[in-house]
Amino acid sequence: MSNYDAIIIGAGHNGLTNAAYLAKAGLNVVVLEKNDYIGGAAVSRELHEGWTYSNCSYVCSMMRQAIHRDLDLGRHGLILVPYLGTINFGDGDQRLFAYHDEEAAHLELKRHSLHDADAMHRLQTDLTRYSKLIRKTLMRTPPDPTSFRPRDIRELLFLAKQFWSLGEKEIYEYVRFFTMSAAEYLDDYFENDLIKAAMASPGIIGTALGVYSPGSSYILLHHVMGDVDGSIGAWGLARGGMGAISNAIAGAVAEHGGEIRTNAGVQQVLVENRKAVGVVLENGDEIRSRIVVSNLDAKRTFTKIVDRKDLPDGIYERAKNFKIRGSSGKVNIALSGMPKFTSVPDNRYVNRGGQTFSGSLETMERAYDCWKHGRWSDDPFIESVIPSAWDPTVAPVGKHWMSNFVQYCPPKLADGPWTPEKRDAFGESVINKIERYSPGFRDLIVHMEVRTPHEIEQEIGLTEGNIFQGELTIDQLFFNRPFPGYGQYRMPVKNMYMCGSSTHPGGGVSSVCGANAAREILIDLRRTNTVPEDDFYDE
Amino acid sequence: MTTTDPYAGERLKRTAFYPRAKVLNIREAWAAWNGYKFAEYYYEAEYEYFCVRNTCATYDICPMQKYEIQGRDAEAMLNRMVTRDVTKIAVNRVAYCVWCTDDGRMIDDGTIFRLSGDKFMLTCGSPCAAWLEKSAFGYDEVSIRDVTDDIAALSLQGPTSCATLKKMGLDGIEKAKPFDILHFPFHGDTLMVSRTGFTGDLGYELWIQRDLALEMWDELYAAGEDHGIQPFGEAATNMARLEAAFIMPAMEFNEALRTVNFEHDQTPFELNLGWLVDFKKPHFSGRSALLKEKQRGPKYTLTKLDIEGNKPAEGSYIYRNKRCTKEIGYVTSAMWSPAVKANIALAMIKTEHLKGELWAEIYYEKELRQYNRVVKCTVKNKPFWTPARARETPPPDF
Repeated sequence: MSNYDAIIIGAGHNGLTNAAYLAKAGLNVVVLEKNDYIGGAAVSRELHEGWTYSNCSYVCSMMRQAIHRDLDLGRHGLILVPYLGTINFGDGDQRLFAYHDEEAAHLELKRHSLHDADAMHRLQTDLTRYSKLIRKTLMRTPPDPTSFRPRDIRELLFLAKQFWSLGEKEIYEYVRFFTMSAAEYLDDYFENDLIKAAMASPGIIGTALGVYSPGSSYILLHHVMGDVDGSIGAWGLARGGMGAISNAIAGAVAEHGGEIRTNAGVQQVLVENRKAVGVVLENGDEIRSRIVVSNLDAKRTFTKIVDRKDLPDGIYERAKNFKIRGSSGKVNIALSGMPKFTSVPDNRYVNRGGQTFSGSLETMERAYDCWKHGRWSDDPFIESVIPSAWDPTVAPVGKHWMSNFVQYCPPKLADGPWTPEKRDAFGESVINKIERYSPGFRDLIVHMEVRTPHEIEQEIGLTEGNIFQGELTIDQLFFNRPFPGYGQYRMPVKNMYMCGSSTHPGGGVSSVCGANAAREILIDLRRTNTVPEDDFYDE
Repeated sequence: MTTTDPYAGERLKRTAFYPRAKVLNIREAWAAWNGYKFAEYYYEAEYEYFCVRNTCATYDICPMQKYEIQGRDAEAMLNRMVTRDVTKIAVNRVAYCVWCTDDGRMIDDGTIFRLSGDKFMLTCGSPCAAWLEKSAFGYDEVSIRDVTDDIAALSLQGPTSCATLKKMGLDGIEKAKPFDILHFPFHGDTLMVSRTGFTGDLGYELWIQRDLALEMWDELYAAGEDHGIQPFGEAATNMARLEAAFIMPAMEFNEALRTVNFEHDQTPFELNLGWLVDFKKPHFSGRSALLKEKQRGPKYTLTKLDIEGNKPAEGSYIYRNKRCTKEIGYVTSAMWSPAVKANIALAMIKTEHLKGELWAEIYYEKELRQYNRVVKCTVKNKPFWTPARARETPPPDF
């Protein structure tokens, strides 16, 4: 039965966003999800009674408010709450409090370094300038620099104009910035190692790079260019966990008449005469449609569900070599009470925010060394947040849960495959690190979910457990994402598209990839565009 | 030697909750309301706003004026003064009311609590002792007493507010319907709780005699600790009330008795409060003028707007054309709403132009330079924020 206009493979937040906009345009869409729950990596699950984990992604800043507003996600139950403050745990008793309040933040930096407190203004000004340029490209399809089509030329001119508006000196700086390491970039600003470590940590998150690896400064920018209600660099929590985002978008899909099927894993994309015509499910069912949209990562899409013989020459190899190395694990811990940290005041504005166990730049680089050798880090970098301190819906009253994002954790171990025992040992290394800063932490543990790249790949299908669906290095960004020549959401097989984080602008719970892909699809199908333009606070 | 404070006459009064509030007001962000020192915010307005929408938070309403109106004629007197039918307010119920001049111009809005057959409490933003006294003229058996300083009042608002009060030991609080009043024994006295508020969310207001204010605060905060309790100030209140489309004096309306220029005050119909005017009840102040206004239709209508873009339309004019040559109204309050994710505003618009196109000219600043843009406005019929929990009985725990 060829009754669908579009099949979207994978009910992650981008797949759902894509479906919502296609359905809004009047297309008959179905989203196929292999799991019995939706959300992909933007998911909330109750694995222990009373506690709701954000199992994968855990905070939100990239979500474009233009999409939030346009799909009326608030009415579908979504509310994003910004969180205040982060405790940066240095080595030993060193603490750096990142207050949300500007005055308090400045005073705290001054306690560590008079020089760096002032330099922070300069860093933030520069990062904001860089962010502004990138933010303008988010909800636009990257132009193909080799094309002479009017639209590509127009978009290239738009980019050139944005670039030139930076001023001559900044153009040099910008290019330099893109190729540097986070640590070296921060050397231009700071002298204090604790401050450098705290500021460098966003440069490694989700990436198989160290703080001294070239390219990590862009990752840093990628993590500070989002916003919550126009406050650039702010992060928020979704009330009800990250799954609330996917559920709200699913509400929009339903509102516009789209269909979502769970337990419907796709075995293969059906290709006839070099055109995608539908899919075959794992249970053997065949579903036909005018177009097929993959929300899976590029490697999984073109090495697992599209037959190699249906692809033009070279694409399979591109996909096989797509850089999507897993580098992180996730440990979700249900707690019987709020953990207390040493050398941290009893202050609601600090204690209810996030915790970053960064140590020093040296500690972070050593942690990366372990990954290179196929081991999880002995002294890992951990970015934590206790969502229950903010969100009354995710844990029983007075009890809490802590989300711990851990680097580094390799997808393949040097000493053989992952086993449940090794997974638990990895979890132990995380508890041990937290326990060092919070004696008695272990006694608070009620339940744990330990996820290595192996679990992440098995459960939600991200190749190697890479959270960005492909690394955010400059060779795989913008018009080169996922592959050169395929930066505009159309794939090598006719009538097939991609809408996940493997496409521009990359990882993060932003809904942008899904929305951008929908816009391109609607152009091809000659339908009226339903995707809004971005809505800039900073203009 | 005793020194006297030479500035004693200029200093603001402190509310009953000041000893607790001053510790939590980390930014020392104080404003004034009716002569009281009053928090603008405590740490950060946006955070406090989110506590109202996400957990629960308290707002010190001690400076709000409170009058006890008692006696056999109390009901008749109030019924003569306000536009709503006071006889329909049952005992232990609260009603939102407005009162007007003989010309039908609005003096103030407030709430009437019916505490017994002949005992009421009237609360309002500005002092109105003189108007009350005037309204009582000809009614022999009514006494009016300003109890503002005798009663400490604290508003508890937000999704976990009911759970917090249950934890505090207020058994049966979950049975209170919107605008109900319940009484609970508290340290040998009575704690009065009304399911009322100014945020459009689930919420309650707690009323206690002044001497017990701090005991009540401490018990409330102990109970609320695990429910995310936090104080909020005027700035967050203003955000929440705008999302609920509630009007504010000196924003949406200019009190009639303080209005110098002709018709720079408003009528209830202009403020979309026609539903509060009951022409079926006996005579009340402003009746004939309001009847005429109802038949003729208000000149202006307070309108809820959803505005393109994200720049708050504060102080903007509203035009009926994009070229901005035909001015038809003005924005009274505007903000970017974080909960609704929309650029919202209340605006006074000439009623005859409501059906046509509406454009706002918005000015905003970027690093000391002014920019402007003209954007389209869409009229909304419902308040911007209307969570189901605000109406549910029993309400959910979060």
